[in-house]
Parts: sequence; structure tokens; C-alpha cells
Amino acid sequence: MEPSAGDPDHELVTRAKSGDFAAFEQLVARYERRVFATVWRIVRNREDAEEVVQDAFTSAIEHLAKFREESRFYTWLMRIALNHAFKRLQKNKRFMSNVDTTEESSDSYSDLPHPQFIAPWRENPAVLAEQHEFQELLAETLDQLDEKYRAVFVLRDIEERSTAEVAELLGISEANVKVRLLRARLQLRERITRALGDESRQMVPHHDHE
Amino acid sequence: MKCEDLLKALNEYVDGQIDPAICDEFKEHLAGCNPCQVVVDNIRSTIALYRDGQPYEMPPEFHERLRMQLRDKWQKTFGLASE
Repeated sequence: MEPSAGDPDHELVTRAKSGDFAAFEQLVARYERRVFATVWRIVRNREDAEEVVQDAFTSAIEHLAKFREESRFYTWLMRIALNHAFKRLQKNKRFMSNVDTTEESSDSYSDLPHPQFIAPWRENPAVLAEQHEFQELLAETLDQLDEKYRAVFVLRDIEERSTAEVAELLGISEANVKVRLLRARLQLRERITRALGDESRQMVPHHDHE
Repeated sequence: MKCEDLLKALNEYVDGQIDPAICDEFKEHLAGCNPCQVVVDNIRSTIALYRDGQPYEMPPEFHERLRMQLRDKWQKTFGLASE
């Protein structure tokens, strides 16, 4: 855990702990957008994101007195929000029959899925980025990713947090962050390339050469 | 380096955090292996497109709703005097 001595929120946290709602509101205003964006990317719909963010800040109020500032306030808050997000995903799964269970989730390098469909994309990524259908494809592909891989991909690649920070937020080792990120990247690449790859330029991998 | 080894070092290479000695081997492999080069390109494009994609902005009306709910919660937890 990082020492909290350098936490820029220390003063507001101290005031909030003594019952100062205005101080807590300032903390909310400072982080609500960031927490919201992360939660939305993970739970995958806005209504759930709103409820999860509300639950997260409510939990923060409930547990504020016990927050010992062993990590930064923001880290503590984000961990609470991520826990609520995962709980929400578990709850949603119980009502869904179309959950993709074909991908066995693993945290090891030993059985990494080899790229299957290898081809350059039919269009330039800069052109694709402007297309509404392509943005939908990106969203659907992220939806299909196992949540433990999705969380790491969102935090590391989309939000550009460090491996150490992601490990702390998710309560897993840095080695696990790395292998989950690799699996996430490989699965997303595979699915997007299956949709966008130029079949006339498809390549067959030869795993045996040096 | 074989394609299998390349796969394991892929993250570090894409993130520019690879050991320089391994990086040379990696580049040498890529120069002679078109499929691996395409996989690396695909992954870089995938990351870049997600990074520049939908911003997931908080709806403005949610801010006020959240604030009211938290104020209620605060009053229940800390009492009415805290303002």
C-alpha cells in the first residue's frame, strides 16, 4: 500500500471525517466523473453505472470513519466502486441466459490462445474510428470479453493506469494484471480482426520457425 | 525467438517496456515473420481505437441526483448538524 502522506485529498478527508458534508461534496465533485467513466466501461450500461456509482459513494460515507488512509482516498474510493461494479455484473448474470461461457478464463501464460485469424484490416484505423458502426463493434466486442479481462483492459489500456495501480485497485498481483491484459488484447484483436480483416490477405502462421 | 516466445513478450513490446536485448530478438523475428508483424499491428490499432473511442461522460442531471441522495445518506450517518 502507498503511504497516504502525499494524498492531495488528506485535508478534505479529515474534514469529512469530522462530519463536514461540504468537504465530502468536494471529494465527490473531484472524482465522480472519473469513477463514473470507469464503472460504465466495466458494467457496460449507463443505468447500471448510475446505480453503482451511487452505491459506491454511499458505501464511502458508511465506511469513511474506518478509512485509515493507508492508500490514497481516490484509490480507496475506486476500489469500493469496482467492487460494486463486479457485484452488479454477478447479479446481472443471474438474469441472463446468453452469457458467453466459451472462453475459459485463465491467469496463466501456459495456454495462451494463439492468434487464429491473421490479416491486415480492410480499412485504415483512422478512417474506421470515424464510423458509427465501428464504434458499435468496439463496444460489442468489449461487452463480450470476460469481466476480469475487461476490467484490466479498461484500467490499463483505455485509462492508461500503471500495472502497479491496476494491481492495487483489483487486489491482484502485477503478474496477474500482465497476463490478463495480454489475454484481453489477444481476444479483442481476434474478434475485431474477424470482423474487419481483409480475407484476401489472410496469413497462415508458422509456429515452428525461429 | 519463436512465435510462441513472441506472444509472451508481446505486452512489453507493444508498451515499449521490453528489455533492450529481447527487443532486438523481437524485431529480428518480426522482420522475418509477416503474421506476427500483422498481429502486433492489429493489437496496436485495437488499443489506439479503444483509447480514442467513446468518452463515457457522466450525464449532467446525474450529478444533482447523486448529490441529493448523498446528502440524505450523510444526514442519516452523521446527523443533521453537518453542513
